[in-house]
Amino acid sequence: MNKKKYFLASKVLINIVLFILILIVLYPLYWTIINSLKTNNELFASPFSIPHKLNFSNYISAWNQGLSQYFLNSVYVSVVAIGITVFLSALCAYGLTQFDIKGKNVIFMIVLGGLMLSPEVALVSLYKILQTLHLYNTRWAMIIPYIAFKLPFCVFLMRSYFISFPKDMEEAATIDGCNSFQVFYKIIVPISLPIFASTAIMDALFVWNEFTYALVFVEDKTIQTIPVGLMAFRDSLNTDWAVLLAGITIATLPMVILFLCMQKYFVKGLTSGAVKG
Amino acid sequence: MKERKIAPYVYIFPTLLLVIVFVYIPIIQNFYFSFFKMSSYSTVKTFVGLKNYIRIFADDIFYTALINNTLYAIISLIFQVGIGLCLAMLLESSFVAPKLRTFFRSIYFIPSVISITVVALIFQFVYTPDIGILNGILKVIGLSKYTHAWLGDTKTAMYSIIAMSQWQYVGYIMMLFIVAIQKIPEDVYEAADIDGATGIQKAIFITIPQVKEMTLVTSVITVIGAFKVFTEVYVMTTGGPGTSTQVLGTYLYRSAFLNDEMGYASAIGVIIFFITSILSFIQIKISKSGKD
Repeated sequence: MNKKKYFLASKVLINIVLFILILIVLYPLYWTIINSLKTNNELFASPFSIPHKLNFSNYISAWNQGLSQYFLNSVYVSVVAIGITVFLSALCAYGLTQFDIKGKNVIFMIVLGGLMLSPEVALVSLYKILQTLHLYNTRWAMIIPYIAFKLPFCVFLMRSYFISFPKDMEEAATIDGCNSFQVFYKIIVPISLPIFASTAIMDALFVWNEFTYALVFVEDKTIQTIPVGLMAFRDSLNTDWAVLLAGITIATLPMVILFLCMQKYFVKGLTSGAVKG
Repeated sequence: MKERKIAPYVYIFPTLLLVIVFVYIPIIQNFYFSFFKMSSYSTVKTFVGLKNYIRIFADDIFYTALINNTLYAIISLIFQVGIGLCLAMLLESSFVAPKLRTFFRSIYFIPSVISITVVALIFQFVYTPDIGILNGILKVIGLSKYTHAWLGDTKTAMYSIIAMSQWQYVGYIMMLFIVAIQKIPEDVYEAADIDGATGIQKAIFITIPQVKEMTLVTSVITVIGAFKVFTEVYVMTTGGPGTSTQVLGTYLYRSAFLNDEMGYASAIGVIIFFITSILSFIQIKISKSGKD
């Protein structure tokens, strides 16, 4: 009986600790949201109380004071970068797994080697290269590095999925008169949608949140993405914090919603390659 | 069947080209630049040999940054890997009802899907003196004497930034451990149950040794992350007050784009490169040896 009591006591204690951690995780987010619904005066007077009256005007003014532009830029950069990354990495993984070609392993090692390197240390030379290619201060100055840096990881994910496909499936289709690209989009793509989803989500997490390249390779405010835009937004608002908090909420919601709806794919992407950021 | 000979190269080529041009070449070029004195808008470079490196090793800010990165790495290792592992074990144990498990782990994971910029902006509000959350909580629980301008004081600024990082990433590392724990075969535990092992014994003698590989991998990614830190510091303090929160990443940025000393910045990049690539190399070795 004693053992049972001991177990029950531990269980209660552990669950209390876990709930306290939930509070630590959620409280700053909760604080952000409730204060984004107050007037600025109310925020300064009573930062911890719930708002007297839900005041959505902060969201409207955040959106109209430039956030809409940053948001749309982020959507544009994300869609283009993720689309190209997923397409190219799938194609590359297809080439590496379904054909017997010379130098296959060497090529795979070169691509995979990119995972080991941290290109962010080469900020200066990337900056110079983008200048030379006349891409500096264009959307492509973000999109191209985003694609290049995530390709090794995405090829790695795709390859680990494609490698289980039987090769004769592809050969049979070829005999039926399909060329290999038709095989790719008629056979490989439809049966690989789960790994496409995982890859796209892992890439979205990176692209939507990326800050350093967006800061260094783009100057023009009209093409800046949300993470950098929020900084400019903070500086231009001075102490209009309620509006800033509304902007922060708008910037955050897409990824949190995506995570809560597509958790399964997040976890799959995580486990296939333990790489952070 | 000629098509099958050429086609795969066509499929591989774009990826290979992008990776070589935008990942490999910049890193090689960065080595080259580190031997020059150069500025951002001019194409003129002056060869200075090892001067940039000599200067770095006599530079106080460099050492401040190195110490801060090391501190970042050590604290992150203890909290993210240590607490991450403990949380994962608790969530996979019989102490937590199966229905609650998903709830806990989803919530703990949320901070890691939020951008670092947003988290840093939110934590400015956590640390701000007058209306900040942290001081507010201290007042409520009767510890008013500890209230503080957390980011404004050279003694607490770095720790405050590091603490924010722990808040953001503990759940991420926990999730990796949960996946590793779920891969442990059931019968190992069943055998232990028959031998009458307690929960703590099972954790120490079964779970921890079984997730050894994941512990090494998460340790390495945490430490690499700590040496690449940039956004957290840039958004919260830009290295201040004074130079107290400079890290290698922000110092590289400052040297290149504010002081316009691109050669010097490249040399800092080379040093970060060496630290992180040695660590990555260890990670790849470890994850390979585990799969055989």
